[in-house]
Formats: sequence, structure tokens, C-alpha cells
Amino acid sequence: MSTRLSRGGRLIDRTRPLRFTFDGHRYQGFAGDTLASALLANGQMLVGRSFKYHRPRGLVASGHEEPNGLVNLGAGERMEPNHRATVTPLRDGLTALSQNRFPNLDLDVGAVNDTLLARFIPAGFYYKTFMWPRAFWKHVYEPFIRRSAGLGRVPEGRDPDTYEHFNVHVDVLIAGGGVAGLAAALAAARSGKRVLVLEQNGWWGGRAVIDDPEIDGTPAGYWIDQAVRTLEALPNVRLRLNTQVSGVHDHGYVLACEHLAENGGPRQRLWRIRAGRVVAANGAIERPIAFAGNDVPGVMLASAMRDYLVNWGVSVGDRVVVVTNNDDAYRTALALHRAGLIVPVIVDARSRPDGELVRQARDLGLRIEAGRGIAKVTGRRSVTGVKLCALAGEGAAIEEIPCDAVAMSGGWTPSVHLWSHCGGGLTWDDARAMFLPDPRRAPRGPDGQAFVHPAGSVEGELRTGAVIASGARAGAAALGEEAPATVSAHDAEEGPLLPVWVMPQGAKTALKRKMWLDFQNDVKVSDVELAAREGFQSVEHTKRYTTLGMATDQGKTSNLNGLAVLSSALHVPIPQVGTTTFRPPYTPITFGTLAGVARESLFQPVRRTAIHEWHQRHGATWEPVGLWRRPFAYLRPGEDVHAAVTREVLAVRNGVGLLDASTLGKIVVKGPDAGRFLDMMYTGVMSTLPIGKCRYGIMCSENGFLIDDGVVIRLSEDTWLCHTTTGGADRIHAHMEDWLQTEWHQWKVYTANLTEEWTQIAVAGPRAREVLAKLGGIDLSREALPFMTFVEGQLGGFDARVHRISFSGELSYEVAVPANQGLALWEALMQAGAEWGITPYGTEAMHVLRAEKGYIMIGEETDGTVIPQDLGLGWAISKKKADYLGKRAQERSFMSSPDRWKLVGLESLDKSVLPEGAYVIGQGRNANGQRNTEGRVTSTYFSPTFDRGIAMAIIEKGPERMGQVVQVSNRAGQPIAARIVDPVLYDKSGEKLNG
Amino acid sequence: MLTLTCPHCGVQADETELSAGGEAHLKRFGPGSSEEELEGYLFARENPKGPHFERWRHAYGCGKWFLAARDTATNQVFGTYPASEAQPADTLRDLVTASRPGWMWRDFGGEA
Amino acid sequence: MADVVTMAEPLGMISLRGDHDGERLRSAVTSLTGTAFPERLRIEGTSERGLAWMSPDELLIFVPRQEAGAAVARLSGDLEGVHHLVADVSDMRVCLRIDGPGAREVLAKLTPADLHPEAFGPGVFRRSRLGQFAAGFWLEGQGARVICFRSVADYALALLRQSAADGAVGYF
Repeated sequence: MSTRLSRGGRLIDRTRPLRFTFDGHRYQGFAGDTLASALLANGQMLVGRSFKYHRPRGLVASGHEEPNGLVNLGAGERMEPNHRATVTPLRDGLTALSQNRFPNLDLDVGAVNDTLLARFIPAGFYYKTFMWPRAFWKHVYEPFIRRSAGLGRVPEGRDPDTYEHFNVHVDVLIAGGGVAGLAAALAAARSGKRVLVLEQNGWWGGRAVIDDPEIDGTPAGYWIDQAVRTLEALPNVRLRLNTQVSGVHDHGYVLACEHLAENGGPRQRLWRIRAGRVVAANGAIERPIAFAGNDVPGVMLASAMRDYLVNWGVSVGDRVVVVTNNDDAYRTALALHRAGLIVPVIVDARSRPDGELVRQARDLGLRIEAGRGIAKVTGRRSVTGVKLCALAGEGAAIEEIPCDAVAMSGGWTPSVHLWSHCGGGLTWDDARAMFLPDPRRAPRGPDGQAFVHPAGSVEGELRTGAVIASGARAGAAALGEEAPATVSAHDAEEGPLLPVWVMPQGAKTALKRKMWLDFQNDVKVSDVELAAREGFQSVEHTKRYTTLGMATDQGKTSNLNGLAVLSSALHVPIPQVGTTTFRPPYTPITFGTLAGVARESLFQPVRRTAIHEWHQRHGATWEPVGLWRRPFAYLRPGEDVHAAVTREVLAVRNGVGLLDASTLGKIVVKGPDAGRFLDMMYTGVMSTLPIGKCRYGIMCSENGFLIDDGVVIRLSEDTWLCHTTTGGADRIHAHMEDWLQTEWHQWKVYTANLTEEWTQIAVAGPRAREVLAKLGGIDLSREALPFMTFVEGQLGGFDARVHRISFSGELSYEVAVPANQGLALWEALMQAGAEWGITPYGTEAMHVLRAEKGYIMIGEETDGTVIPQDLGLGWAISKKKADYLGKRAQERSFMSSPDRWKLVGLESLDKSVLPEGAYVIGQGRNANGQRNTEGRVTSTYFSPTFDRGIAMAIIEKGPERMGQVVQVSNRAGQPIAARIVDPVLYDKSGEKLNG
Repeated sequence: MLTLTCPHCGVQADETELSAGGEAHLKRFGPGSSEEELEGYLFARENPKGPHFERWRHAYGCGKWFLAARDTATNQVFGTYPASEAQPADTLRDLVTASRPGWMWRDFGGEA
Repeated sequence: MADVVTMAEPLGMISLRGDHDGERLRSAVTSLTGTAFPERLRIEGTSERGLAWMSPDELLIFVPRQEAGAAVARLSGDLEGVHHLVADVSDMRVCLRIDGPGAREVLAKLTPADLHPEAFGPGVFRRSRLGQFAAGFWLEGQGARVICFRSVADYALALLRQSAADGAVGYF
């Protein structure tokens, strides 16, 4: 049974006890514990159930690679699933729940999967089983899959924690603060360039201190402290603990996640780093060995067992069998022995192990069984013993050795993730049985040079001296420099490893069904072999078929073993099987961290006009237009939207209305070539527009399609002001600048997007003139200010530009004033118009008014495939101009075809409002058996003015078919009969707007 | 996430400060051009695995358009230059040639 | 972090597009503000009276709010016959102040721009993004100044305040 030893534990503070609960049981740990070390200290080896078979699971590792120790952390809205207990710092009052069990960890109903179904849930089970009958999908299979899918529980409620981002630019980013990373930092820092060192754990030095080699004649811990102190004193170096480099992306963009102490601030910080060079010094991960029962709680990685002992003063068992194919595991045997624990046997797959550590073990009298393997681990919820066998055989037990834990080591796998995220290639090192970064296929930066430099064990170096030298080399290489002379280090000589993935080597399938590769997703040696037998050859396909490496740990402890098994089953060498793709993040990141501050009211900027709060106070319901919020309608108490819109429309038609049109784009175009430029931008002629006049203009893309429209006014000899649609302001300004900067860069034209400088208010309706006249200061008479003219001056004391333009069909003015005067003007107009019942109206009333008048709207009548000629806008296209953007494309045969769908009005015979976007049904059927269409509804409203539904549509040869009745599709029932009519329903002669 | 140096203001701009504008060095064909010329202008685009010339606007910065020569496979950036330049400079082309001998992009390149 | 984010008093702001190498333009603006002409990516003077480099052919001129109208008229006169575009943009943008020692970090939480003191020292005027909106910012007084479009002023204020409230990173 695991327990806390009376001494040891370099990270814990035994004077600071912390209380916590796991599955409701109360426990105590110490400051400096992880949840995992504290659980082990309390004898809690069982931490979860596996995904598929609900097998009992114990801790396998001590760090970020942990596959089993996943818990629900916290409660209520702070509950978060899938926390790795091994990297969760213990804090007072922590509550954790185990996952994937019901009703509790010890008695789990789902475990029948294991006893009864294990034989029947092999690789590809889901693919093979849940196929037919089709009718079973929704009510039988889906609920079953949903219930068994996923680990942990979804958090409830809003996350009360906050998160933030932080952007930095550095010359060298060092991922990993072990001795390799520190050596790299020392080497890189000499240059004075900006260096940032990030370490995922809460301490420096990685695992070096665990084995305490000698560095530069001093203990490793001392050297590490000195290195950190030296670096901290340098002005160009920054160091961070608890910050894991998560992903390395193109051009040195690196994301890292920092876990912050609980002090009321953000819980996590996402570092967005632009790094010139990245040193990948993020270490290596020990591999398990596949033997029967290697998933029984108590079987743990040898290095992890050492970590628990040295870092947290925790023993995993009293009698620990060590099984290995390399020398490093002997360190665990020696450490346990020194701590007074019993190591009954070291099972070494190699026939003649003979390294320095092996000799030390032998000298201490530890029993070493060479050329042997483990036939089986006995015990179910905890280890009770191991059966030894010959490595070469089929697994006949030679001897059973009682023990309560097993330390296993299959060698080390460099964490090449950060090298590979951005395309770094790998090469297989047969002697060390590792995939290593291939320096010839490094990830390349914008300069074409390698920008990721592997260091230490990422480069395959496992001995301290070599790790430090590798780090220094990488740190220097990151700046194109020679490696500095590095310090000497002493640790034990090691003999070669024997690549053993499965033991015994002649194991039959029955035994292989008990050999786990992926502990979290329950993938066994037999599953990978089955996949190979069924024809899977690509490792990527095998991964998905078996789910090997697809769990939340992304196969950190299982991928290579799975690969080796596949390679052996396919009878091809490992490098030929290849690896799966390494993708960020290195370990999971919460959505909250990725979102940062962009949530709730800060989720997205909302653009507000100067009158926004007035609208808000007067019942506005909002319509998002891009990022703008425009009043859709102003609801009075008791009114619904329909009633409000109807009231607003009638107020404009019969009295006077007020619209906040500030969001319309306003682009000033000035210069000697401005007229010529606008003649290219617009289909019509703007160069001849007299000063003081307004002209409607439409813009097309070079493909000929309509992209925007608006009124252009001429301010002076060389200055025009172009109004755009609300959504078009930035886009059209960019479009203008594009042509000016790239195609006509010699033309003398400047533009300025002054959209937000002015508030613009439309005053529309038969009483509009009287309202403005009441403000006074400008002659608004028909003669002084006729339709499509404007004037600048003082209107009621405001610095105003008054345009006589109309989008409603009524007598109408649009008044522009500096935005800071906008609200005051609005209120002055409301007051001035009170006697005529002046009514603010929203975008929906605006739409109805313009549709009654037959005016098109960009985005309603246009959809990117409509040319102005389709909309009866031929009058706004100059026939004389030699060129304008889109002219050539409009000459294409398809564009000039007489069969194009063209703008008309539609009136339903029953006066109903036609469905939006409905198609006009044509004759016959197409090749797919669908009914042909010959047009579609582009705008459709209830018209208060005509007390019926009105619509605009584009219909094949529409203008030639006035009076015809067509059928309009209706998803809610039978097609609706509608008559083709003139799109202009209101004031066809234009008396009102000219009035 | 690319980082491109804006040749107008000198900022090493993060990709999120930029907006992409498609292929560079298109020759405009207006009224009077043939159907083939128009088709080429509007629709025919290079799709190289290797050096490419493309348009970018420093939208969140100085607002200027510029062109970039970038390898689409490795993201190596050979250079950036103002959008008003009709062709990449010889020195830039030589740079591309030096690391991608035999490259071809429309009628640029091809030098061994 | 004792950083305080507030809306600045309204500034007089003038946009001027024109040839930065033009002698008349240079003397017109420098005589208006009494500052030097800014180099690329720099600001001369302050938000009370100063010249900020917006692009290779655009300046943002700061004058006291009440002088803006007259300054536009004066520039138009001085630049008669010179190709240029001058506009009063005082109402179009707002200025926010971040007062406190952590101003640099408040900004660095939001912008992809390099704010290391080597790259962003006094006198540097940087246009970039702050979160999702366009902004220009520079160091001034005991902190920094931010300009952005008026439509996102409320959002900008809330976002910067949140960043300040989240506390120091302790990096710069």
C-alpha cells in the first residue's frame, strides 16, 4: 500500500498540512503536494475507471503524461472535468471526484464491460456494431453511445473565473526549465537578446534533482539554483514557472498556458509569443512495457515512482518489483532500497545487463533476473504479485513473487511535439529506440532557417553531461553562435537498452488481451494486432480504428508502444510505419483560457452611434448590422414589433419621422484626379456632378456584380463625399484604397473614411420641411434646396450639412452634424417636431418604406450574383464612359442575356405576406427531378400604407411579364399565387419627394 | 500565424493586423479586351506549392497595401514590397532563385 | 497594479493626408504644433499639441479642442495648391488614458504589437489592434494614451479597465 514516508519529499512542507476530499472522503496532504502525491500518501491508489471496460485504474505517471489520474475538480460552477491529478497542486479545501464510475469507484456497474464484454469490444467495435438497422440509430445506438462517450461531467453554470492573454515578442523562447533549458538560456542570454524561459512545473531543474548527478563539481540542485539566480539577474531574461508551452506555430508563433496562483486575479493566462527561435527543451517521457496486467493499480512507471519518493516522500508500495529493458530503472530500485523499501527482484529483459547501476544493485545484493519478463501481474484492484517467465517464451510462469507494486521502464521517448507541431521531421534511432528530431527537416521560419532547436532529452540525450551540452548548443545555435564551453557533469555509465515492447515475446493472443497500450482508452496489444490483421496498414488509420492515442493524454505513454506493436504485426520496421501527427495543444487547454477576456459584455465590440443611449431609453429593439447596433423599431409600452413598425411607417407617410442614419459610410475623396477616379469606381458619371448637388451611385466589382450603393455629393471643385451602406463603409474605403494604391497609384487622389465624424439624421415625411424650418438658419424651400441638392450652414445653431435626399419616397432631408452634437440635434428635432407627432423610426420601417417605393437594398436585392442591369438600374450606368470597374464583365454573354432574372414587384392575390427568399416556380423539372425555378422573392413585408403584403422579386424576363400570375413556393403549405407588378408602388410620379 | 514586414511603415506585422488580398501582379483587362484576357484576369490564378506572390493590406496599421513573396509550403518569406511595384525587383527574384532553383511563377522565375 | 483607465478630455484632432516630403506641408504642420515633424512610427509633442505619424502619407495632428476648426482652416490656406486632404476628425475618435506604471502591460494583454521597451519607448506611435478593435497608442505622461473610433469607446474603456483590473503580469 502506498504511504507517506517519515522523511524526504523535497517539494513538500510538512509544517503546512492541507485538507482535501476525494469522492467525499476526507484526506490530508501537505503544501507542495500534487493531488496525486497526496492521494498516494493516503493510500489511495485507485483513482479512476478506464473508458471502455471500466477497469480499476491507478496512477501510472507523475507528470503531464498521466493517462489514468483524471478527476472532476471543484464543485458547482467551478467544477472542471479531466484534471490530471499528477499536475494539480493540492490546496486547502480542494474537492475532487473520480470519473467514469457508477455508483462509486469501488463498486462500478460499468465494470461488467470488463468481465462480460471484454472479448466483445475489440478494435472497431463501434464501427462494426452500430451500423444497422437504420431505425436503431436514433433510439438505441445513439443513447447508448452518448451515455458511454466522454469522461467526466460537463461544468454547470457560468465559469466564475477570469482568464487573460498576454502578448510578448522574444528572440529566443526556451520551452522547458530543466537542466537542458537552463543551459540553453545561459548560452542564449550572453547575447543580450530577449530570452524567455517557460517551465510547465512549479520548480526548476526538471528531473535532474531526482537522481542528483554532479554538475560542475556540485550537486545538481545547487547548480540549478545558481543557474536560475544568474538568469534572474539578467535584464534580458525572463523566467516563468507553471507555464506550459502548448503549441508552436508558423513563423515562431507560440502559445503557452500559465496556471496562476489563486489571488483573486485571472485563473490562467494564455501567453501569445512571437519568438524568433524556439529551443525545445521539454524533456522525455518514460514508456510502459506491455505485459499482462500492466494496468493493475500499483503498476507505475519506474521514474514516476522515484519522483514520488524524492519529491513528495511517498512510497507507492512496500515491496516493489522493478521490470525494465534498460539501466535507468535501476535508479528506482536503488532509490527504493535506500529508502528502506523492499525490492524483491529486478526483472531485466536483457540477457546480460552490466552497466554501472546494474553493478551497484548487484553489489547491494539486489536480486536481478536477467532475460526474464513478467508473465502476469496478479491482483485486480491492486497488485498482489507478479509471475515471472522467460522473455523468449510464451509466458509459462517460472515463479510467483508477492509484491504490492511494480515499477516498469521500457526506455524513454523524447517529447518531440514542439519540434513537430510546425512540421519538423523525425528520424528513427535504432540503438536508442527513439524517434528524434531530424535536423535536416527542421521547421523553418520566415527567413528559411530552422527556428526550433531541440535540446537535452528531446534530442535523445539522457545523461546529464550530454543534456547540458545539448542545451548549451541549442541555446547558442538559436542565435547562430558557437556553443560555449559547458560544465562537466557526472552520472552513472549506462549499458545499452534492449528494445522490448511486449513481454513475453512469444505471448499468444489470450495473453495479449491483458496487455494494455493505451490505459485511458483501453487499447490493448491484441486490438492493434487485430487492426493489422483486418488490413489497416497506415498508423493514422490504425489509431482511429483502435482509438489508440486518441484520449485526453493524446497517447503520450502509448503511441510509440502501439507503433512498435503495429510494426511487428505488419512485419515492417518502425520508421516505415511512421508516426501519427503531433498537434497542439501539448495538453488540453480550457476554452476559457483561449477566449481570455472576450466573454459576456466583452465578447465582441458593439459599435454605438452618438444617439445609442437615447434609442435604448425609448424602447429600441436592436438589429445588428455588422458590429453596429441599429434600432429595429421603438416599442411603446404594450406594443409588439409589428404594431410599432406599422405605427412608424404611417407616421412617416402622414406626418414626419426621424431615423438615425449615422452608420452610413462617409468617405471623402479629394484631389485633382478625384473625379476621374470616381468615374472608375461608380457605374455612373461623378466627375460632372455640380458642386452642391447629390447623385445616386452604384459600385460594382470587376466581376460586374453590384457591391454597394449610396449618394455621392460634390463638396468643392476637387472634393466629393461618398455615402456607402452601413456594412460597406470600411469595405468600400479599403476597395478605393486598393485601386488607388495598386492600379492607379500615380493618380493624385486622397481618401478619408470619416464615417464616424458625423451623426446623420434622416427627417422624412410631409412635415419634414416644417420641422427643420423651425430650427431655422437655412433656407429649406423647394427653390433654394431642391431634391438631390445639399447645403452647408448653421441649422438651429448646429454645424450642419443638409442633404435633400430620400430613401423613403417622402419629402426628406438628411442632416449631418459633428458626432458630438448628434444627440443634441436629435433631441432638438424631437422637440421641434412634437407638434406634428414626430416619430423615431427604426430599420424595419425604413425597409418597408423603401420597398413601397421600389428602392433596392444592398444585401436584399443583391447577393453577389446580381448586376445593376438586373435591378432596373440601367439609368445609373453611364453608356458613354469608356470604362468603369465591372464594365467589361457586364459585357459577357451571360450578363447580357435576355433571360436573366430581373427586378419586379409581386403582389400575392390573397394579400398575404410572401415567404422570405421563396422561389418562383417555373415549368417542368430539372435533371434531378426538382421543380425548375424562374425567380425568387428578395424583399417581402407587410405594407401599412397599402394594408397588404408587398414584395420585390427577381424573375426571369420579369419586366416583360407585368400582370402575369406566378406561383411562389411556400414551405408552410401550398404555393401562393402572386401577380407580377411594377416594383414602385408608392408615389410613382415622385411628387412627394420632389415636393 | 504569419509575420510579415510592412514595407511602408516597417512594422513586423502579426497576421491578425493584416488582411489578405489574393494574388499579386494581376494585369487588369477592361473594355475592349478579349474573352480569354478577361477570363485570365478574373479567374485564372496560380496555385503553387512553392514561391508565390500575394497581396496584403496592413489593415490594422498604416492601411497600405503591399506585396509579399512567400513559399506556400514552408512559409519562407523572400521579401515584401509596395503594391505599386509592377514586378518583383531583380534582387528579390535572385533571392528566390537562390533558395528555390528552377522556380516558376507565371512568367517570373524559371532561372535555374 | 494601480493603473487607472479613463476617457481623456476631448482632443482636437486633424487628419492630414499629403506628401510627407513636401516642404510646405512640413512647415505648415510644424508651425501649427511647434514640434518637430515625426519620423516613421513616431509622435512629436503630446496629445495636447503634437504630430503623430499614421502612414507614409497621413498625419494625425493634435491641437486643443477649441482650436481644431481654426487649425483646419489655417492648414487649408497654407496648403492651397498643394495636393492634400485635411479633415477635422475630433468627433470621430476618442482618447483613453491609462495612468499608472502598468500601462505597458495593460496594452500588451490586448495587442499583438511588440511593446518591449526596446520597440515601444517614449515617442513611438503604434497603430494596431487592441483585442478586436483598431487603435493607436503611445506612452505619455505617467502612462499611455489610446485612440480609437468613437463607436467602440464604451467597449474600449471596459476592455482596458478589465485588463488593468486583472493585475500585473510582472513581465516588462
